[in-house]
Amino acid sequence: MSPNWFKYASPATFYPLAGKMIPWFAWSAALLAAVGLYLGLVVAPTDFQQGDAYRIIFIHVPAAWMSMFLYVVMAIWSALALGFNTRLSAMMAQAIAPTGALMTFIALWTGAFWGRPTWGTYWAWDARMTSELILLFLYLGVIALRHAIDDPRRADRACGVLALTGVVNIPIIYFSVQWWNSLHQGSSVSLTKAPAMAAIMLTGMLIMSLAAWFYAIAASLARVRIIMIERERGAAWISELTEVRNA
Amino acid sequence: MSTFFAMNGYGFYIWSAYGAAALVLVIELLALRSRRKSVLEEARLTGPEDEDNPAEAAG
Repeated sequence: MSPNWFKYASPATFYPLAGKMIPWFAWSAALLAAVGLYLGLVVAPTDFQQGDAYRIIFIHVPAAWMSMFLYVVMAIWSALALGFNTRLSAMMAQAIAPTGALMTFIALWTGAFWGRPTWGTYWAWDARMTSELILLFLYLGVIALRHAIDDPRRADRACGVLALTGVVNIPIIYFSVQWWNSLHQGSSVSLTKAPAMAAIMLTGMLIMSLAAWFYAIAASLARVRIIMIERERGAAWISELTEVRNA
Repeated sequence: MSTFFAMNGYGFYIWSAYGAAALVLVIELLALRSRRKSVLEEARLTGPEDEDNPAEAAG
């Protein structure tokens, strides 16, 4: 007999599994962030061109990467939900949206405070920044659409379609610095070239990115558990949970 | 210590960026905690429903 891969697609079995995973991701995120911040703010030397302003990179780049990556993950879950009509996929898509919006906000905010000392402006209607702002609106649109529809299964489908349509914006953000003359610099890190920064700076940035990943996983899992209780309440497995009985 | 926070004159920009990022993460975690508390409470009040409950039947 082949193993039943759909076993964990059931909220009743995924709920306790997610509960066991959350502390691991949360503590890894905290530990990595502590190391990354130490490297970024204390160990890494002052940049010869930008002075210390460049240190914003240690949160800006991880948040910007996560903002795009989480959107793609949300869209994949939405596609699975639309294609297979699976409850858990739709709940995962719903759980990721707020954390994605938050990462997008951090990317925009830290970008503004990096732009001011280096370019002389907090904001410009530049291709990279404008498309990232549209990403924030897409996340907020998905969240708002969910709240506008009372029936959760209908909301799943509507949000899924919106999320999938919005994917077109991701390559626009990513390639904007190549396609248009942008105030924003090109990628400092790529798979094909040697990174255009010192090893210690790169290490700090990658560690912070890993921390952002683990944080986003922990927050999304915590949120998907809340969504499960909210949407499945009345089901026997929910009322049997110790945390529900003791609430 | 104060030279660390001054960041050679870039302190305002760096700490505005880091401070806001830390603040929104803390807000998210607090929001998750309070929402969890309220849905658990709601689920307890709802209690188990009969066999043909829609959430179960939806599969």
